[in-house]
Amino acid sequence: MRPFIYLLAALAIVGMAAVPFTAPWLQFVLTLGIANGMVALGVAILLRAGLISIGHAMFFAIGAYCIAFLSRMGINEFAALLVLGVTGSAVAGLIVGAFVVRYRAIFFAMLNLAISMVVYSLIAKMHGVTGGTDGMPLHTPTFFGVLLDKPGFDLALYYFAIVLMLIIGYLVHRYWKSPLGYALSAIESNELRLEYLGVSARSVLLIAYVVSAAISGLGGVIAGSAIGHILPDFGYWTSSAQFVLIAVLGGIGGAAGPFLGAFFLEMLHSASVNITDAWNLITGIALIVVIVFLPSGLYGLFRKRRRSGS
Amino acid sequence: MSKRPLLEAKDLHISFSGMTAVAGVDLTIHEGEFVAIIGPNGSGKTTFLNLCTGYLKPNKGEVYLDGTPIVAMAPRKIAHHGIARAFQIPQLFLDQTVLDNLLIAMAAKQGIWSWFQNLRTARRRAEAMAMLTMVGLQDEADQFASALPEGKRKLLDIVLALALKPRLILLDEPTSGVSTIERFSLMETLMKALREAKVTALFVEHDMEVVQRYADRVAVWDSGRVLTEGPPAEVFSNEEVLRKVVGV
Repeated sequence: MRPFIYLLAALAIVGMAAVPFTAPWLQFVLTLGIANGMVALGVAILLRAGLISIGHAMFFAIGAYCIAFLSRMGINEFAALLVLGVTGSAVAGLIVGAFVVRYRAIFFAMLNLAISMVVYSLIAKMHGVTGGTDGMPLHTPTFFGVLLDKPGFDLALYYFAIVLMLIIGYLVHRYWKSPLGYALSAIESNELRLEYLGVSARSVLLIAYVVSAAISGLGGVIAGSAIGHILPDFGYWTSSAQFVLIAVLGGIGGAAGPFLGAFFLEMLHSASVNITDAWNLITGIALIVVIVFLPSGLYGLFRKRRRSGS
Repeated sequence: MSKRPLLEAKDLHISFSGMTAVAGVDLTIHEGEFVAIIGPNGSGKTTFLNLCTGYLKPNKGEVYLDGTPIVAMAPRKIAHHGIARAFQIPQLFLDQTVLDNLLIAMAAKQGIWSWFQNLRTARRRAEAMAMLTMVGLQDEADQFASALPEGKRKLLDIVLALALKPRLILLDEPTSGVSTIERFSLMETLMKALREAKVTALFVEHDMEVVQRYADRVAVWDSGRVLTEGPPAEVFSNEEVLRKVVGV
């Protein structure tokens, strides 16, 4: 069954690569899907330890605002913006993480929410610095030294985002298969035993938190570059809740899960806004269906098929 | 047998809300010994193990491991210094397989760089299977730890501690919750594993037959103090011990 899964994944990638020619309207939707999937993957890393962060939109926003500030300062190369945006989110993750990894369960979730709301308020209120609720524009940067018009940049960004999705997905897969990844699950399962084995649960969590913040920042860089305008809403708590929803919808059994959830939700959103204003209703129903019938998320569909075939 | 002191507890005191749990304990464990602690419930035996592993901090007194004071250290630091622990209620990663439980413990011992490799490297896996075979858990390697019966959970808990290649292992009631039939086979397996790994052991035990058969020395606990200590034959001929602890 495994070759079938690989074939399916390869076909999906080829299908995504063909989108700019076969369904150009989908290109932007999928770019945002990849960006959201990155943040959901960051959330999924922490979910492995049984910890829910309802504040990860803050790192998404920090990544996006980093590149907006850098662009304003005159840095106009996408590669540099990408590296610095991700670094900014990782540093923010290190600072916030050093504090929140001491807490578990509801306290962890609420602290993340509280800190993200402080960050959101600062962004929204400091009008002179951040543009307040008007946000910050982002001029189209050069793409690895090549000057492109906006449609050209968006196309390059789309393909680059697909490559990044594959690389980050693979690296997170390797991370989850390493002792460090197993230790994350062990924190949820038996933190006491982990400590008695000589492993610092806080260090394991801090590494996970910084990695998840960096990946979320990468999502912010991709989304900000695609939209071309950064808004405080990037960091609002509803965005954080949406990232948790995407992670649960897609499933945390594998790195592909959050991306599946993100594509599903973006497509559902795009399709349902044409039918009704109450697209949240459709999203809610979809989530209930997934939780009831697919407790392992959309990713569980493929795992089940693989097991039954092996 | 070497007589070098490995663990020395000196004048240990701890109380909880005015209730004294350990009241001036002095105890020395020498390298290579198998020492048993016996005593009535609530006499402070498990509290003593908690003090030796950094889970609790004493109000007064010190514990030395090979001359190094350890009471101020966290459990993970003490594990790095060579004390491993198995619990009365086995502390396992229940949602992982038996093999993965052991591989995590082995990776923990192997240091930080091993944490970035795959957990199931061929070398680590072979070493883990050898350990599981030694204690008779090889057929359960791919089972989830939650599916194991109590006796095998106890064994796995002990194997996790042994994977740290400790100098001293603390075992809290290794035979509790295990059927009478399984009890001695578990102890035989355990003693074989401890002897092969050349590990010093301190174990809390309620089964006097087990203590008589396997301990080199017995420390008798009563009301947070060491009532007496010595070889099993000597201790079990002490009338006060028989009356207070054994209940004869």
